[in-house]
Order: sequence, then structure tokens, then C-alpha cells
Amino acid sequence: MERKNPVFTAFVYICALLLAAVILAPLAWLFVMSISPAADLAAKPLRWWPQAADFSRYVQLLSRAENSAGAAFTASLRNSLEVAGMATLAAVVLAVPAGWAVSRTPSVGWSLSMVIATYMLPPVALSVPLYMGLSWLGLLNNVFGLALIYLTILAPFTTWLMKSGFDSIPREIEAAAMIDGAGLFQTWRIITLPLAAPVVATSALFAVLLAWDEFFYALLFTSDQRAKTLTVAIADLAGGRVSDYGLIATAGVLAALPPVLIGLVMQRALISGLTSGGVKG
Amino acid sequence: MSGTWMTTRAWLLMLPLLVIMVAVIGWPLVDTVRLSFTDAQLVGTAGNYVGFDNYTKMLTSSNFTRTLSTTTWFAVVSVAAEMVLGVLAALLLNQEFRGRAVLRGLMILPWALPTVVNATLWRLIYNPEYGALNAALTQLHLIDDYRSWLGEPGTALAALIVADCWKNFPLVALIALAALQAVPRDITAAALVDGAGPFNRFRFVMLPYLAGPLMVALVLRTIEAFKVFDIIWVMTRGGPANSTRSLSILVYQEAFSFQRAGSGASLALIVTLLVTVLAVAYATLVRKTAGSAT
Repeated sequence: MERKNPVFTAFVYICALLLAAVILAPLAWLFVMSISPAADLAAKPLRWWPQAADFSRYVQLLSRAENSAGAAFTASLRNSLEVAGMATLAAVVLAVPAGWAVSRTPSVGWSLSMVIATYMLPPVALSVPLYMGLSWLGLLNNVFGLALIYLTILAPFTTWLMKSGFDSIPREIEAAAMIDGAGLFQTWRIITLPLAAPVVATSALFAVLLAWDEFFYALLFTSDQRAKTLTVAIADLAGGRVSDYGLIATAGVLAALPPVLIGLVMQRALISGLTSGGVKG
Repeated sequence: MSGTWMTTRAWLLMLPLLVIMVAVIGWPLVDTVRLSFTDAQLVGTAGNYVGFDNYTKMLTSSNFTRTLSTTTWFAVVSVAAEMVLGVLAALLLNQEFRGRAVLRGLMILPWALPTVVNATLWRLIYNPEYGALNAALTQLHLIDDYRSWLGEPGTALAALIVADCWKNFPLVALIALAALQAVPRDITAAALVDGAGPFNRFRFVMLPYLAGPLMVALVLRTIEAFKVFDIIWVMTRGGPANSTRSLSILVYQEAFSFQRAGSGASLALIVTLLVTVLAVAYATLVRKTAGSAT
């Protein structure tokens, strides 16, 4: 036990407050910008707290009036949801059999190691042939094309997580079902998948986070509202001629909400997943 | 069931994943190698075989050497800062104080924030006319005039590094904290009884538990820092005067802005090779640390 030295205790609390401030200040400022009237944000000296909270930008971005900032934003929101949803679903569907195979037959494990090693490749090393390939298939500026590429980013992670999940399910339970005459898929459906449900959920949420965050391929392979994702839409806003910084901040808050909520909900699972990989590495 | 059937079945179950990975990653990688020996354009001409011309041209260009040193600087400084800040924050969170659980929960926020939103947020903070950093520093009388933090080659890279660290050090902290909490209580207590000071307790009691997980975090963060594109693209696009241009941004410019697919491909493979060498060197190091720490 730490000796209860009052000076040390005070030091701990001061450091804790400092850390909390470092983490929260930029986030709080993003939110304050989103509800401050434009005049407050352009004031000198800067007004740190709005005279009156102004939520109109949220309404503006979520409205779908033709040719408005809201139309572009909601379209990109929909594209992000579609791409992340499709890619995550496919990544989990691929990960269940592959993760199970590696868990039960370790001799094929080297192929999963190779799949995971693709994480090292910089996306720029694949981008030119992928661009040409997608263009040949007519899948440029298309949510299906983007989801196909995202699938290869998500699947290594979901497979690896599923594999460690299956590792903790005793083979004997599966063997018992098989002796009773259940086929492989039936055994999965009745025994394995229900037991692995928390891992399936964790890996799916993790996959959504990865897909939601992706920017490089989306920047290269999408060009308008039919496929542009949120990250590209926000980068457009940030780099464009938008004079209302509050609007950019509002878009940021809205885009950050889903992953931040997922992060808070699955804190424990995320950290144990990250560290189990770390300890075993 | 026989072992051969088990293995065959395992491969059959892996097949869908492997097919997709080969089609979307394996084939493009091979095709990038092919392109790197041609003078192909992004659109139009298929290109002729030019041997190692692209490689010699890229490796000897001053753009490449300058970008390589910018990227290395970015990776080394930001990863080192993230490691130090992460471990310090973990040591703090390993103490007992009221509100510790809440603070630990807050640490997940920067990590969960999308990279592009983080970049946008800091771009707004650094804004030369209305940014919060200028306002805060002026109101505290630390600077007299508003500065263009991202607009001047002297400060742009440092400003980027701060933004990158803010997003990534909490993850290192959470990994280090989980490792610290695995240190058995009686060992810490025994070290205290034996009169070990704070430094020695860190060095001989905690560090053996931290070394493995921290090495893994170091490897992953370094690889990501070397591949960095998103945060730089959104905040500076590699400017001003190319002072924040990373290798990935250089490849993007060569292949997509100038549409030189051939030389872009050769540059991309040089970057890939660098990252691979780095990763292999690190992996060896990880194995050594894991062996010696326990």
C-alpha cells in the first residue's frame, strides 16, 4: 500500500485534474463551437462560452433540403452507415468459419498470420491497382466497391478476435453435440455461436469503428454524394470555403457521436482485447 | 476424425477469407510491383517496361530524402512522446483516488474520436484568425500577436505532432495501465518493505510487466506513424512549403495528383519495404524483451 502522505495525495489530485483537462478541453471546445453563434466565434477577444446556445446548425446539417449543406451531410452519413454496415457484416461472416478453423486446427494458423501481416502494408502500395481495378469493374464512387475494400481491412481483426473467442470454448462441448449426430453448421448454430456471442458482438463493434474511421480509400475512390463517406465530407468542409467554423464543428460532433458511444459502451472489452494481444505478442 | 480431413476442412473454412484477401490485397500488391517497372500513367497509356528507372529516379530525388526525414521525425517524436505520456498517465491512473474510474473512462474518448474529426478539431484550434490556441495564449499574455501555427514551416510539424499525440497517448496509457494492474500486490508491498524508492519500484517491479505490452504498442504506433496520411492531409495537405509532407502524401501526389502511376508505384514499394524492415526489426526486439522480462 502507498503511504498516505498528504503532499503526495495532493500531487495525485493535481495531476488527475490536469489529465482530465488535457483530455476534455479540446472535446469541450468542439462542442462549444458547435453551439456558439458565428459572431461569438469570430469575436476578439474570443468568447469562450456562447451568450445563448444555438443548436440551429444541428438542425441545418440533419435537414435534407435540396442542395443544402444538410443534403450533402445526410447523404455522407447514409453512405458511411451503408459501407460500415455491409463491410462489418461481411467481415463477421468471413471471420466465423476462418477463426473457428484456426482455433481448432492450429496447423493452418500461419495463413491467418499472413492475413494479419497485411496490416503493415501502407494503403498507398495498393491504391493504384485498386483504383484501376475498381474503375474497370465500374465500382468507383460506389458504396459496394468501398465496402469490398473495407472488408479486407476489417476481416483480419475480426478473424483474430473470433479465433481468441473460440479458443476459450472447450472442444469437448462441440464434440458432445457432434456425437449426438449434429453436423458442423448445426453444432455452430446450437453450441458454438451462442457461447461466442459476446465475442461476435465485440468484433463487430470494433469493425464498425475501423470502417467509420477510414479516410484514405474513401478520399481516392469516391467523388460525390452517391458514395462519399462522412470522413471525406468533413475533410471537404474543413478544407473548403466554409466560413462558419461552428458548422464544421457540428459535423465533427455528429460524426464522432457513434464511435464515442461505442467506445464508452465497450471500454472493458476493448481494453482486454487490446492487452490480451499485447501480452501474447 | 482423421487429421487430413480436419486440415482439409480447416482450409475450406478459411477459403472465403483467403480468396478475398488475395483478390483485394495480394493481386494489387503484385500489380504494383509490375507497375513500378513501367512508365504507366494513371489513366490511358498502359506503359512500357523501364527497368529500375523509377526506383533510381525516386531514391535520388531530393523530394524523397526530405520527405523521408520529415516522416522519420514525425514518427520518432510523436511515438516517443506518446509512450512517455502514456506511461506517466498509467502510473497516475494506477494510484487510488476519487474519480479514478471516470478519468479512466474519459481516456477512451480521444481514441474513439475519428482521425479526421480529430484533425479537423485541431485545425480549428490552430486557426490563425479565430483559433482557440491563439486566443488563449494572447489572453494569457504569452504571445502578442496571433500566429499561423499550421501556416509556417517552423511550427506546422510540431503542431501536427501535438494533435497526433493527444489522440494516441490515451491508448498507450490504457494498455500500460492494464499491464500495471497485473503486477501482483504482494510484490509491490515486498518492494516497499525492502525500502525500494519510487524509481527502483518502477524499474525493477513494474517495468518487467510493462515491457511486453509497451513494445507491442510501440511497434503498432511506429508502423502507423510511418504510414501517416489522414491527419496530415486534413490539417496541412503536406504544406506549408512541403514541410509536413509524409511519405504516404508524397506517393499520393506522385500517383494521383501527377497521375504518374509507374513512379508512384515504385515509391509506394520503397515505403512498404521500409515499414516491413522496421516491423521485422521490432518483432525480433519484442521476442527478446518478452524472453528477458519474465
